[in-house]
Amino acid sequence: MNNLWGDSLSSFWSAWIIIITLGTIGLSVWILLANRRTDKIPDAEGNVETTGHAADGIEEYDNPLPQWWFKLFILTVVFALGYLVLYPGLGNYAGILGWTQEGQWEEEVAQAEERFTPIFARYQEVPIPELAEDPEAMQVAERIYQNNCAVCHGSNAQGGYGFPNLTNDDWLYGGEPENILTTLNNGRNGNMPAWQQLGGNNIENLTQYVLSLSGLEHDEERAESGGNTYMAVCAACHGQEGLGNTALGAPNLTNDIWLYLAPGQTVGDSIRQTLRNGRNGHMPAQAAYIGEERVHLVAAYVYSLRLSN
Amino acid sequence: MSTALEHPTYNYKVVRQFAIMTVVWGIVGMTLGVILASQLVWPQLNLGLPWTSFGRLRPLHTNAVIFAFGGSALFATSYYVVQRTCQTRLFSDKLAAFTFWGWQAVIVAAVVSLPMGYTTTKEYAELEWPINILIAIVWISYAIVFLMTIKKRTTSHIYVANWFFAAFILTVAVLHIVNNAAIPVTPMYSTSIYAGAVDAMVQWWYGHNAVGFFLTAGFLGMMYYFVPKQAERPIYSYRLSIVHFWALIMIYMWAGPHHLHYTALPNWAQSLGMIMSIILLAPSWGGMINGMMTLSGAWHKLRTDPTLRFLVVALSFYGMSTFEGPMMAIKTVNALSHYTDWTIGHVHSGALGWVAMITIGSMYHLIPRVFGRTEMHSINLIAVHFWLATIGTVLYIASMWVNGILQGLMWRAINPDGTLMYTFVESVEASAPGYFVRLIGGLFWITGMLIMAYNVYMTVKRREAISHPAPQAA
Repeated sequence: MNNLWGDSLSSFWSAWIIIITLGTIGLSVWILLANRRTDKIPDAEGNVETTGHAADGIEEYDNPLPQWWFKLFILTVVFALGYLVLYPGLGNYAGILGWTQEGQWEEEVAQAEERFTPIFARYQEVPIPELAEDPEAMQVAERIYQNNCAVCHGSNAQGGYGFPNLTNDDWLYGGEPENILTTLNNGRNGNMPAWQQLGGNNIENLTQYVLSLSGLEHDEERAESGGNTYMAVCAACHGQEGLGNTALGAPNLTNDIWLYLAPGQTVGDSIRQTLRNGRNGHMPAQAAYIGEERVHLVAAYVYSLRLSN
Repeated sequence: MSTALEHPTYNYKVVRQFAIMTVVWGIVGMTLGVILASQLVWPQLNLGLPWTSFGRLRPLHTNAVIFAFGGSALFATSYYVVQRTCQTRLFSDKLAAFTFWGWQAVIVAAVVSLPMGYTTTKEYAELEWPINILIAIVWISYAIVFLMTIKKRTTSHIYVANWFFAAFILTVAVLHIVNNAAIPVTPMYSTSIYAGAVDAMVQWWYGHNAVGFFLTAGFLGMMYYFVPKQAERPIYSYRLSIVHFWALIMIYMWAGPHHLHYTALPNWAQSLGMIMSIILLAPSWGGMINGMMTLSGAWHKLRTDPTLRFLVVALSFYGMSTFEGPMMAIKTVNALSHYTDWTIGHVHSGALGWVAMITIGSMYHLIPRVFGRTEMHSINLIAVHFWLATIGTVLYIASMWVNGILQGLMWRAINPDGTLMYTFVESVEASAPGYFVRLIGGLFWITGMLIMAYNVYMTVKRREAISHPAPQAA
């Protein structure tokens, strides 16, 4: 009660809002009261005589306002004025209850934290490999996954175009519990540079070489020539044998798993596109959204997908 | 001979043009609605093409039903009513003809540009800036024709229907110009001059008053002429019309913030939107009471007159949706209903139950008269249309109530561990039966509209057959 007046509006605008709000309500009520009754006499059918003018043959009775309607109008006005006393509405006047939507949100979040934090704190003490074997914990974890992760990685965790499949045991940044935890907590930014400057011929040779790494159909001659370019340009990240590097998030090129294979696209076209334009992958840091306690549980869920493989 | 049926002083040509286009755009707009309803049941019907995807056809549907169907109906009836109640010809035939062709050009521009993906992203104001300028010019011309016709009236009194039409025309001009104020960047791209929460507030000030003035005040104007005319009864209460008119137009202006509950809009603005929406209940119902009570002493006519049935059921749906609206504006109710199909159901109980039904009833009264006939080709077909429209509306809104409450409850349900009980996609799956029922409701509606088109065609054609022997047939 000690601070009924906030200061989000200047005093002019605060006063302006109060005046036009109460003015509008007041004017409506005045029109209502001024026209409530009629002094004319009802006819045999109970209708009060017409106003006397007719528009294209349409006459108008001058009946009084229906009582119940009049009362309904007054009732809504009383409710509105009562609400404006209790809640913020009249400019900077904060209302007796001191309610704000921000306050309501903070209160509800605090209540939720109090109720649910102990549950997740308990899970956080269990090591991830052990947690991944706990069916009850995994049920909770799956719900968190479905509501936060499935939008990109799919409800069956099989990923999609640009979103890694979590069920195939191919790990860009490593599949050990601590790797998964790091990915979830801090996010990842994958960056494959564009190699347009190598020229069309080299890009085609490299494409054929990368196809050969996974044992896919390729042009022998071009692949051989591409191999040399690969060693000079690509091996630094993807490794001499093309096995990738989890420290950099550089994908393994030998397992025929293609993150950026668009639906209906050939593997060759996808590789060409990647080489020409590069790729940017972004996994958002989840600790900021769902907190480290829940991240721990989701990490165990992702690890459990690996175990079930 | 046909010229004898034509009123010597009134301009019925523009009324006839708008009346026919009301039926045409009604069919186009509602067909789009049925396609969208089908896409929600079978997403494959997006066809994998950008032009036929839900996101582009949805604004085309809303623009077609509100501005093409509803707009043409408002032009037709307001031009008809203002001439007959002021007993004078339209102020300018040329300017009236310009409003017809200009308005049709706006609609064609919408039909082309929206599927191509041009959009300002403001709901019900998606059209890009060159089209908006054309709308403003047409609308100001409309205001000139209408208001100058009132000015040169030969009656002493301005009939209540004209108050509502005038308020609708003036307010829509202001709403359109203020909300679409933008900086053009390319010939088909612009950015709003407002930013952030202010932009959202201006948009919903526009958006809700598009409902309040375009879809309510304008159609109340229609109601105030066609209900007493069709029932052949005096208006129930002149003073009730005064009170509810002024209260309605004063209070409606404030209701917009209820579209932005629990958002970045300041608390005080949300509260004002809520309380004004509640005060709006009585002024809204004033129109319903005045229409319904006008029928006292004429209720028996409902048995034989399906046109009157359209008008009366329209008033019932109007009463129902203007009760539902204030309830949904209450924050605690809104927390459940917002972003769900309940909103879509609410809109359609107004759009189909009120706007389309009052329009169709008015058209069945107006079309034979402006085409020189005493009544429509088939009264039975009007009765069939009435039942199709009524059942279609009930199926539509009932399925969306079920879906809306289902979605609202599923989204907020939590497990004992605090996690959400359902994923979003589960709520979509659960909505599928409701989407199917809604589609059936839409099919009822479009069938009714096609019957109307046939009935109108036969009515118009019959006039030509009769007038054929006359050498000077117009």
